[in-house]
Amino acid sequence: MNRLWKQFKQGLIYENPLLMLMIGLCSALAVTTSVSNAIGMGLAMTFVLLCSEVMISAFRKTIPESIRMPIFIIVIAAFTTIIDYTMQAYFPALSKSMGVFIPLIVVNCIIMGRVEAFAYKQKPLICVADALGMGLGYTWVLVGIAAIRELLGNGTLAGIQVMPDSFQPILFFTLSPGGFLVFALFISLNLWLKGRMQKSAAAKAEAKNQEVAA
Amino acid sequence: MMKIFIIALLINNVVLMRYIALCSYIGMTGEVGQSVGMGFAVTFVTVIATAATWPLYHFVLVPLGLEFLKILVFILVIASLVQLVEYYLKKNVPGLYAAMGIYLPLITTNCAILAVTFENISNNYSFLTSIVYSVGVSAGYLLAMILLAGVRVRIKNSTVPKFLAGTPILFVSTSLIAIAFMGFSGLIK
Repeated sequence: MNRLWKQFKQGLIYENPLLMLMIGLCSALAVTTSVSNAIGMGLAMTFVLLCSEVMISAFRKTIPESIRMPIFIIVIAAFTTIIDYTMQAYFPALSKSMGVFIPLIVVNCIIMGRVEAFAYKQKPLICVADALGMGLGYTWVLVGIAAIRELLGNGTLAGIQVMPDSFQPILFFTLSPGGFLVFALFISLNLWLKGRMQKSAAAKAEAKNQEVAA
Repeated sequence: MMKIFIIALLINNVVLMRYIALCSYIGMTGEVGQSVGMGFAVTFVTVIATAATWPLYHFVLVPLGLEFLKILVFILVIASLVQLVEYYLKKNVPGLYAAMGIYLPLITTNCAILAVTFENISNNYSFLTSIVYSVGVSAGYLLAMILLAGVRVRIKNSTVPKFLAGTPILFVSTSLIAIAFMGFSGLIK
């Protein structure tokens, strides 16, 4: 249980696919014009990641190594098709606003990367923890970026008016340059946090060394 | 036709306005030469992929009622096509292979290519329009790559604020390029 929790946290924070590994960027910027889009994309992604990882992991002993890539692609494409058609049927508005980005989940590096580096070598149960961690780690960063962009660019959060009427929406943030800028600041903030974390870890190790020496 | 080309190239630029193919945009623009090679390789494959997937969808998948297999079929076709093209170039056109061969395996899963093939279908473009559209989109990609590669040469030789050093400055530069591109939006009514 402990191991599963640790794996879950790994994806959520320490190896966050967007902020730490810097993969899967395309969709991250494109769908973050509104919070509801971000949640939809994040959950779709989590679903595909979870199903593909469990599926590959369950069959990892029967998949020949030399043709594993095409097999991974077929599995991922199948689940992407499922989520694409499900969203078209039940959430037509959401599906329309995300457009081509739902089918593009199939070439998202996060899924291929996790399947190749993790699911192909591990048991299904821990893959569930990994997929949920990675998927939700992706989702919360998306929602974070989307919240800033929607709040400043539109004055709303998930479609609900939050800012007072006197607030003049800064259209820049919903347009594409604003997305790039907000993302740049997110990475910068993250690098700063990481630097601080490393510094404090180094300081702790130093203190411990001195203690031992004394 | 011209309109579709201009819209795809400038107004709705694939990288700067629609955030598609960002990974290679950030990853492959370290040098100008590299970005040009990558841009041409993508152009080449996009056009070929469109020429292969459009007839496949309209003459095979639709008559058989298998439209839902679109994602699966397209990605497999593109992956194997890239492989074939690579072998062919290596053997018969070594000059071209030397120029862009090393980039070919990298672009199998380039989102821009897959996105174009899907959009040709969802926008109901005719075959000719599809080809024009795919040339426009990939020329837009090439343009964006060259622009950022040029900017990166300048960044290398200048002092960047400490908190923006590394990847963040690339996104800030991209943001500024994108603002410039917004000026094109009035070009076609």
